[in-house]
Parts: sequence; structure tokens; C-alpha cells
Amino acid sequence: MTSVLPPTLPKGILPAAPDAALPAARRDIAPLLLVPALMLAMLPLVGSFPTWITLTVAGLAMGMMIFIMSSGLTLVFGLMDVLNFGHGAFVAVGAYAATMVLLPMHGWLEADSLLLNLGVLGLAMLVAMLVTALLGWAFERVIIMPVYGQHLKQILITMGGMIVAEQLISVIWGAEHIALPLPASLRGAIVLGDAAIEKYRLVAVAVGLVVFAAMFLVLNRTKIGLLIRAGVENREMVEALGYRVRRLFVAVFAAGSALAGLGGVMWGLYKETLSASMGSEVMVMIFIVIIIGGLGSVGGCFIGALLMALVANYAGFLAPKLALVSNIGLMIAVLLWRPAGLFSNARR
Amino acid sequence: MINQLFSGDLPRSRVLGAALIAVFLGLAFAPFLTSGARPLNTAATICIYIVLVASYDLLLGYTGIVSFAHTMFFGIGAYGVGLGLSGDTPGWSGAATGLVLALMLTIVLALIVGLFALRVRAIFYAMITLAVAASFAVLASQLSDFTGGEDGKTFSVPELLSPGFRLIENEIAGRAIDGKLITYYIVFFGCLLLFLFLLRLVNSPFGRVLQAIRENEFRAEALGYRTMVYRIWANCLAALVAALAGALMALWLRYVGPKTMLGFEVMTDILLIVVIGGMGTMYGAVIGAALFIVAQNYLKTLMANSAPALAGIPILSDALHPDRWMLWLGVLFVLSIYFFPTGIVGKLRGTVHSK
Repeated sequence: MTSVLPPTLPKGILPAAPDAALPAARRDIAPLLLVPALMLAMLPLVGSFPTWITLTVAGLAMGMMIFIMSSGLTLVFGLMDVLNFGHGAFVAVGAYAATMVLLPMHGWLEADSLLLNLGVLGLAMLVAMLVTALLGWAFERVIIMPVYGQHLKQILITMGGMIVAEQLISVIWGAEHIALPLPASLRGAIVLGDAAIEKYRLVAVAVGLVVFAAMFLVLNRTKIGLLIRAGVENREMVEALGYRVRRLFVAVFAAGSALAGLGGVMWGLYKETLSASMGSEVMVMIFIVIIIGGLGSVGGCFIGALLMALVANYAGFLAPKLALVSNIGLMIAVLLWRPAGLFSNARR
Repeated sequence: MINQLFSGDLPRSRVLGAALIAVFLGLAFAPFLTSGARPLNTAATICIYIVLVASYDLLLGYTGIVSFAHTMFFGIGAYGVGLGLSGDTPGWSGAATGLVLALMLTIVLALIVGLFALRVRAIFYAMITLAVAASFAVLASQLSDFTGGEDGKTFSVPELLSPGFRLIENEIAGRAIDGKLITYYIVFFGCLLLFLFLLRLVNSPFGRVLQAIRENEFRAEALGYRTMVYRIWANCLAALVAALAGALMALWLRYVGPKTMLGFEVMTDILLIVVIGGMGTMYGAVIGAALFIVAQNYLKTLMANSAPALAGIPILSDALHPDRWMLWLGVLFVLSIYFFPTGIVGKLRGTVHSK
């Protein structure tokens, strides 16, 4: 990591009394307002309120799933300056690992009990996260460790990892598409007034919020989070204080992979079918989201994912032809406004 | 003379020279050495991939730019010719119009992508080009009225190139001089010219600047080169050559479709070839493409023949299934990045310019 010179302080601050509080960082709220503003702006365009509700919930659910898939990638990039082009492979492996639980326990999935259904789903998610975390740990050890700090090689080698992983999925689970049914009590929709909301989307929103809250709390309220943030700021200093930053980073990589696995399970259930190439398919969305959000920013990733999914859903309803390029249009618009993404890490 | 033709960049290795001559002779006389459609198809694909990969090497190996939008330009060239010829009466004017329009679109897109994204770091550029190329592929497969959608479009070619046409009645060396043969030689010489042009380019002062940018952009800038301008030029030239390769591909296949022209698989193929063949050596494209395409066409058959012997062993027999040949190439790819960063050609030349 390059050493970062301390920022030169404005002249007024230096002679201040020793007990004066540090000036608080200015909050950047403009991006936070984008999502509500977009939702409100679309209400008159969509016309009918129930349709708007349906579209918005669908968009939020999709956005949450994309957030879960991409948060790990952007976290790892922020911390370790490693961009894993094979991240999509973890998404696919997570989804396939879930089938090891979901398909044998088919009976429980069909049972007419919400508790049983959610239990199986939770177990599947747990297995998926465990498998992808282990895989991520191995991936970091074998593939990425030798190429820290070399971006060109990182891109190529993780791309190669992705190709191998995609083929291995076909070897282990077979090359055919696998149908992944939703648990019985999560099928269908609830009707609220005139608006139909699919149940699974509500689950996706809930899981997404939980993941976001957990990440936020861990990063901002725990000692581990403090160390992670400090390690990002100045690795040498944290190491000099006696903490093993390297081990911390590996743990974060595994956690990021586990998040990808979780996102993969949810995405697989959302699509209801799995294919080995699903990793490279979601990769494009993930990249657009983290570009929009600003590389390395978890908050930006959250907003970017919601924005992208909402825009895609609204555009799909209002102008289906336009929906195909809505992602790229959004990316260009955001980058014209803020060339480094919504929340840019100024130092990088 | 030879030195001039190769722009002073001789193979510098006896084995490499022999391999290059073998590939050249094999491709030049392919129609007479073999019979049947499949070997000739393999040869034409090798020719086109050599150019496609070499133009990508201009970006990746010589300038150090990782772009994932190369298939987009390949596809634009192919679709330009394909759509130009897909009218009722296919003629040269249609093909020429399509090609010119495609080249113009290529330049414009390459400029936009370049201006927009080349200011940023390698990782950012790679991600943006991946997103743009994927959206373009989706667009091409969805605008089915215009592009034929997912199925693509088959079209006929001008009479001179159609299989029924006979240039002379008699056969030469047991081969009828028909439209297919003429098309093959158009592809062959087109690719040869493009390849020699690229070779000239990388060995010119311009190419040296690109290499300087690859090695140390900051220093190149400090020497007074406007690195942005050079990178955008490299981007545009590589895109143009890729589009021309695409045009030849469409002419040869008489078909354009999103999967063969724009698919992400094509991009991974290019990456595999360029790395295994050797980055930053134009000859890597030749050796890599020849090996890869031959493997693609014949390794499957070989693996299918050996599969029954392993039928009893569970995982291994799946891993050696003929459809899994990419697995082994992927492993080779990762290993070659670690252990032979200069690929086959670099290894043969014995020069390791480590970074």
C-alpha cells in the first residue's frame, strides 16, 4: 500500500485549544435522496398507485438481492484493493450449494408450514455461505495472494478463476439447468388494496435490510469494524500496533464471498432456475452497481443497487425497449454527475 | 526484404520460427492439403482469430489496457457486412456500405469508450467496458427486427463468392476453384495484411510509446508523451482491426449471430489465447490462435474417444467429458499467468521481461 501523507490542516485549526473537538466530516446526503426522489418522480409517470407499489417493491427486492451479491466485492476492494473478477463464481457456487439442501429436503419445502419452509431456506443459506466462505478463503490463498498490488494480473487471474469455477460447477453438479422451486408458503402474492406484492420479494427486502444493518453495525460499532477501517486507512500503522491485518483481510475476503453465496441463493430462488453461467451474467450487474456507488463504498453500493433495480423495473414497465440499456444509461448519468461514483473514496 | 516485411521483429528463436512457418504454410495451402468443409473452416477461423487476438494484444500486451469490449467491435464489423448483404440481391455495394457504416460506428464507439473510461485506472476501465459490451450484446439480441435476434441472420454473398461459382472449369491440384476457395483466400490475405499492419504498428515509434506507457505511464508522461492520446489511438486502431476481422468472419460464415460474434465466450477465448500464446508478442497470437482453434475443433473428439476408458471413475470422467475442455484450458491460463507471464512465445524466445 502506498503511504498517504497526512492532509495539510487549514491554518485556523492548529492553534486551537487542545480539547476542541475535531471538525466533523461533512455528511454527503445528496445521493441518499436519489432513491426516494426517483420513486416519487415515477409515481405520476406510472399513473396508477397500485401498479406503482408493485413495481417499487419488485425493484426494491431486486435491488436488495443485487446489494447482497455486490457488497462483498466492494468491501473487499475497499479493504484490500483487490478487484475479484471471479466474484460471480461465488454467486453461482452459493446458489448451487443451496441445492444440496433444498433438493433433498423437498418434502419440507412443500409442507404447508411457514416455519418449516423458512427453516429449510435458512439452512440452505447457511450451507451456501459456509461453502462460499471456505471457497473464498482458498481462492484468496491460492489465486489472489501472489498478485496483490498488480491490477493487471489480478484481473486476468481472477477471470481465469471464474472460467475454471464455471467449468467445475458443470463437473460437480452437471451441465443441465437446475430448477429451484420456491418454498410453498413463499409462492404467490399478497394483495394489499389493489396492489399485488409477491411474498418472496418481501422476504428479499427483509434479508437485504438485515444484511445492510449488520454490515453497518459491524463496521461502525465493533472493534473488528474499527480495525478494518483503520487497516484501510493505514495498514502499516495498524500492524505496528500489533494487529495482524493480513489475517483480518483474509477473514474479510471469506465474509465477502459468503455474502456472494447468500446473494446467489436468493437470486437463484428469484430466477427459479440455475445455470453454470449465472455467475458471469450477474457480474455485469454487480460491476455497474459498484461503479455507480463508488468503488469500495458499502453505502454507495446499497444506493447504487436500489437505483439500478428501480430504474430497470420502471423502465421495463414504461418503455420496455429502453429497459435494455437503462443500466448503462444510469451509469453514464451518475458518472457524468460524479465521475468517481456516488460516494467516492477520494484517496483512491 | 523479409526483415522489412516483418518490420524488423523477427521470431528470434529457431523453434518459434519453424512453428510460424508451419502455421503460415498450413494456412496458405489449407484448401489443397485437406479436403472437406471442416478443416477449411478451422483454417479460416484460425486466420480470423489470429487478427482478432493480435489486435487485442495491441491493447493488453503492448499498452497494458484490459478491455472487455473487443468482441463488441468484432460484432459490429460482422453485423455491418451481414446486414449490408442481407437484402434481396446481395451485392458488393451493399457489403461495402455496411462495412463503412460499421467502421464509422466502431470509431465513434471506441472514441466514446476511450474518452469516457481511459482516464481511469485499469480496474475501472475493465469493469466499464465489460458492462458496455454486455449491454451491447443484449441490445443486438433483442432488436430482433433488425439483427435477427438470438437466432442471428443468415445471408447470401455476391455470386463470385458463392459455392456454386466456378472461376475456371478445371480442377487445380484436385480442388475445384469455386467461390468457397476464393472466399478463403480473401480471408487469408485480408488477415495476412492486417497482421503485418499490426506488426508494423507495434514496431514503429508509436508502438514503442505504447510499450513505454505499459511499463511506466507516469514516466512516459514525464518524457512529454501525451499518454491519453496514445491510449485512445491504440484503442481506436485495435477496435478498427477487430471490426475488419469481424467483417471477414461474417463473409466466411455467411451468418451473423450474437453468440458467435458478441458473446462473452468469444471474449474469454481471446483472453485465453492472448495469455497462453504470449502477451506483448504479436506472434503469440499466431501460435495461440492456431493451437486454441485446433484444440477447440479436435480436442473434443480426442477427449470423447478417451472418455470410455474412464467411465467408471465418478468425478474424473466428468472432468474429462469432451464438453469440459475449457476447464483444462482455464487451468492452463491461470498457471501460465503465474509461471509463464510471457506465454509460449516468450518462453521460446527465452526473454523474460518481468514487470
